Parts: sequence; C-alpha cells; structure tokens
Amino acid sequence: MKIAVCIKRVPEMDVTFKIAPTGKAVDETGLKWDMSDFDGYAVEAALQLTEKAGTGEVHVISLGPDVVQETLRKALSMGVAKAVQLKCDTVPFDAYAIGTALAAELKDGGYDLIMFGKMSIDGANGVTQFVVAELLGLPLVHACSKLEIADGKGSARREIEGGGELVSFALPAIVSIDEGIARPRYPSLKGIMAAKRKPLEVRPAQLGEVRLTIETMELPPPRAAGRIIGEGAAAVPELVALLQNEAKVL
Amino acid sequence: MPDINPRASEHAEIREAVRAACAPFDSAYWQRIERESAYPDEFVRALTAAGWLAALIPEEFGGGGLSLTEASIILEEINRSGANSGACHAQMYIMGTLLRHGSPAQKARYLPAIASGACRLQSFAVTEPATGTDTTRTRTTAVRRGDRYVVNGQKVWISRVQHSDLMLLLARTTPLEQVTKRSHGLSVFLVDLPDAESRGLRVRPIENMVNHETNELFFDDFEVPVENLIGEEGLGFTYILDGMNAERILIAAECIGDGYWFTDRARRYAGERVVFDRPIGQNQGIQFPIAQAYAHVRAADLMRYEAARLFDDSQPCGAEANLAKLLAADASWQAANACLQTHGGFGFAVEYDIERKFRETRLYQVAPVSTNMILSYIGEHVLGMPRSF
Ligand SMILES: Cc1cc2nc3c(=O)[nH]c(=O)nc-3n(C[C@H](O)[C@H](O)[C@H](O)COP(=O)(O)OP(=O)(O)OC[C@H]3O[C@@H](n4cnc5c(N)ncnc54)[C@H](O)[C@@H]3O)c2cc1C
Repeated sequence: MKIAVCIKRVPEMDVTFKIAPTGKAVDETGLKWDMSDFDGYAVEAALQLTEKAGTGEVHVISLGPDVVQETLRKALSMGVAKAVQLKCDTVPFDAYAIGTALAAELKDGGYDLIMFGKMSIDGANGVTQFVVAELLGLPLVHACSKLEIADGKGSARREIEGGGELVSFALPAIVSIDEGIARPRYPSLKGIMAAKRKPLEVRPAQLGEVRLTIETMELPPPRAAGRIIGEGAAAVPELVALLQNEAKVL
Repeated sequence: MPDINPRASEHAEIREAVRAACAPFDSAYWQRIERESAYPDEFVRALTAAGWLAALIPEEFGGGGLSLTEASIILEEINRSGANSGACHAQMYIMGTLLRHGSPAQKARYLPAIASGACRLQSFAVTEPATGTDTTRTRTTAVRRGDRYVVNGQKVWISRVQHSDLMLLLARTTPLEQVTKRSHGLSVFLVDLPDAESRGLRVRPIENMVNHETNELFFDDFEVPVENLIGEEGLGFTYILDGMNAERILIAAECIGDGYWFTDRARRYAGERVVFDRPIGQNQGIQFPIAQAYAHVRAADLMRYEAARLFDDSQPCGAEANLAKLLAADASWQAANACLQTHGGFGFAVEYDIERKFRETRLYQVAPVSTNMILSYIGEHVLGMPRSF
C-alpha cells in the first residue's frame, strides 16, 4: 500500500497574532512553526496503516518555500519513507492554486490512498482536499475519525452532529483526517538519525492560477472594559436588570 | 512570550522531540513519584525507547552517535521540562569508560544492549565512606585468584544499583604501599548485578534529601570474572579521569535546564502575584534577584557550549568543562533561591514543584563532584597554584 500525506507548516496558535505592515498577512516575527495538527494525525494514521499491513510506505508532500523542509523532516523522523517539497516562494491563499500543484505531483504517484488533515489550523479553509479530489477524479471522505483499509477497500467513520456515520469506499481514494484518529508519535532519536538518510526531493510547484487573495486582515476589536456593579447579594437585582435590559441576554 | 533561552531554537529537532517525550510526565507524575519515593520507571523507559539515553553510543553499536553538544541538550531539556535527569543520565555517560577502554569483545557484547536499554549500565561505584573525595585511597580491594578477582570492601552513595543490570566498580588491585604513584594500582570492573546479592554483595538503600535511589554497598568475597576487567589492570584511575570532562559538561547542561526552569517560573509568578495592589515583580527587590540569576544562567550556558564545542573538536577542555560545571551549578542554585523566595510561602507547597527542584538542584554542588574539588582543579591546573592535597 502506498500512501501520500499532504502536510502544511503552520504557526503554533497559542500566541497573540499581529498583522504585518502590508495589512494582508500575519506578522511572522517570533512565531514558532510546526506541522498542522490535523496533518500530524494524518501522518500518524498513515504510518499505523502501513505498520498494521506490514507492507507499504508513506510519502509526505508539502508545498512552500525551503522552510517547509523542516516540517517534512519531522515527518521523515516519525517514520515516513520519502518527502517531497513542491517549491514556491510563498504559499498562496487560494486552495485551487495549491490543489492544482498537489494534484500534478500526486497524479502519477501510484498512491492507493491520499491523505490530508481535515483543515489547516491557520487558514482553516479545509478545501484543498476537495480541489485535489476533483482534479484527480477520486472519491473523497472528509473528516474521518476512524479509518480502515482491507482487501483493497476502505471504511471510515465520520463524526456528525449527535452521532457517527460509517462509509465505505474503493481505492484509490482521498481521505481527510479529523482529530481522535491517533495521537501523532513524537520522533525518536533513531527516527531523527534515520531521517537524515531518507530522500527529500525538491521540485518546482506547478501552482494553479491564483483567483483568491487576501485584501486586508483585521484583528478583533478590543473588548470593552468590564464594570463592577457591587458586591454580594445586594448587587444581584441590579445585575439581573442590566443583563435583561442592557445586555439583553436574559 | 518567546523562550527566555535565546538558543532554544538551536538544535530544534532534538529539543522538540525531547520536550515531547517529557511532556506526558507532568507535575502530577513527579509529585506521585516523590510521594511514593519511587523510581520514575515509565519516564526512564520512555526516554530509553526513544533512544535518547543511547545518544553517545556510536551508531555501529546501535546508538545515536550524537555529539556531546547534542547529548547535553537532551539532558538540559529533561531538566527544563521540570523532570530530573538524575534518574537516567548515567545510562548516557557511564558507558563511556567501556566505549573508550573496553575490549572489542566487551563492547560488542554490552554496547548494543546498553543502546537498546535491554542492559542498564547506570551505576558507578567509586565513593567510599572512609575516603570520600580522596579517590586514590580507595580501600575496596580486588585480588586476583585464577580466573577471578575477589572483591572486598565498602562503597557509599552508589546510585541506581537497584535499577541497573551492570555496574562499574573501582577497586584497588595493587596495594597503595606498592605503587609509585597514588593514582596507580586502581582498576575498573564490570559487575553483573541481577544475582549479585546472592554472591556476596549487600545493598543497603540510603534515605536522603532527594528522591534518588542511592545505596551503601558491602562486598564480601564477591567474585568478578577476569574478563570483566576493563582495559589494563592498574590504570582504572586514568580511565575515570578521562570520562570526567564529558560528565561535567553534561551535568552543567542539566544545571542550565534547571536554571531556565527556575527563572521562567519565577518571572511568571512575579508577574501574576499581586500584593499591595501591584504584581510583586514590579518591586525591584523581587525583580533583581531573578534578573541576576538569569544573567548567571546565560553566562554559564555560554561556557557550557564552549566546553562542549572543544570536546566535540577533540581539543583539551578540562578547564572549560570544570568552569562550566562550577558556573552552571552555582547559577542553578542561585536561580532556585530566587525562585523560592519569589514564591514566598507557595514555594514550599509541593504542588508548585519548586521545593522539589530546589532540593534536586542543590545536589549539583556536591555530586557527582563537589564545588571545592572543581575550584582546586582550577587553582592548580588552570592557574598553576600549588597543589593543596
Ligand atoms: C545523592 C548522591 C548520589 C551519589 N551518587 C554516587 C554514585 O553513583 N557513585 C559514586 O561513586 N558516588 C556517588 N555520590 C558520592 C559523591 O560523589 C560524594 O558525596 C562526593 O564526591 C563527596 O564525597 P564525600 O561525600 O565523601 O565528601 P567528603 O570527601 O567527606 O567531603 C566533604 C566536604 O569537604 C570538602 N572537601 C574535602 N576535601 C577537601 C579539600 N582538600 N579541600 C577543600 N574541600 C574539601 C568536599 O568538597 C565536601 O564539600 C553520590 C552522592 C550523593 C549525595
């Protein structure tokens, strides 16, 4: 079984973001970067599939400038066999442009399964996999929380409001991965050493036309300062009145 | 807020992976281990399984083949995470004696097993109750009889014996009166531990200030096969000495990890705790000791990198390794003090982990080598002053 996982390098999210002077992007100074969370689940799920099958290999693909090699190397040290960088100066916002480049790379790769995280945790669009599925004419199961491959067929579970949905599909196929499927392993020293000897191929990204760009970004308005009404039981009537009449939440 | 260690982004791959390996072992885990006076088995197993403790074993023997700089970063990150390397660091460096001076057969037999963790070599018996720091007066004897050495004597403060499969032992093979130099006539042996207690080794645990498994050992006609002698008979002391630089640099890195942990915790708390209507960190009486400790941690860290760089370039580094250990142990202790003081009464509460780390980092002033011994090394060997003992 040959599996490709498309992974994205994203900033760690537990910081207060600033907007760059252009007004169209996030200020990247001081940000720490890592593999997008859902992509990490996808890499782990892919590795587990090949380990369980006892055969096959996992490749990872990332589109972007040379810094994405760091993310690719992390996947290699987790146990992936090969990494491909689709090189471009900046990662476009338009998933169509990205999906086109990924599809061109994936088309003749002979993959049984192509995996994505259900969305990147920075852009949070979650559409790249749809573009690739459309361009390659493959079935797509979006946001799987469980995945099994047996006898050349796949089955997956999707979490839906109040329950689950079980689907089956033929291979080759595309799946995008939700959380809960598997916690990504952390690289071991052995893995890190082995990764240094694994192939990391670099090719120019054949980006599709960019038809969507960010015009401006803005931060949420600062929250208004709170107001202290009083203390203890004596303050309750006024608080209730304000919640009813002013905030209108009761 | 960015990491207070500006070099935290260097060797990012190793740092992040070690942090991730330590992350499951949180404050609650260490508090439980401490409460139960237990050995952190799961923690050590996780680090072993990921290969971190085999960092310095060459790849041909199944290890990581990392540089000392990289290995030191592993221990730094362990301590920086709030854990204590004391439970596991010895598995990383005690094998150095075997690697440098063991026979090809010994290396082939033991190193791959040590690398995989199947064999735990994390005990080194040097210190004795009567002789203390004066190692050349080691009284434990190993007398050759046929294809065996017969060991008699006593050791003290020998750590992790109950969690080791092999132990290195320093013993006198030629009596002190018969050698030309005091440092001659000592030898290093590999001791198989699993059934040792039925063969004349008594192990008595020592209750102590930190949760650290350490013991008194009594050897009573304890036999060691001749093939377990490392290197040449009589040269054991030099074998120990040439492992010292690596050990000091690694210990310095642990202190650096502690130093950053304490200053980080201190500055955060100083910013959050409000007394007299202001964060306590607004008072210079709180702020300055933290800033001062931080300055010392940073300076010690530079010396540690310098020592490790020289070591990795195979250049003499005795002075730098000793300076790094001295400066780093002092800095972590100063940071510990500032951190405890900043936390006031809460610093004494077990749930903050500070009192535990405070006790743990205090040990570096004494073991594996006490501060005075380092100062005397610097005085004599670096500054050329008269030998004092
Ligand atoms: C928790 C713990 C774990 C340990 N683990 C191990 C282990 O695994 N293996 C092992 O072999 N040892 C171990 N040790 C022992 C440790 O290395 C020794 O305690 C240390 O080397 C000091 O020896 P001592 O305790 O006999 O002190 P002493 O030699 O009695 O010295 C007492 C004090 O006097 C100072 N001093 C002595 N002579 C001089 C001098 N000439 N000039 C100035 N100052 C001097 C010393 O620096 C020290 O501060 C451990 C100790 C502890 C506490």
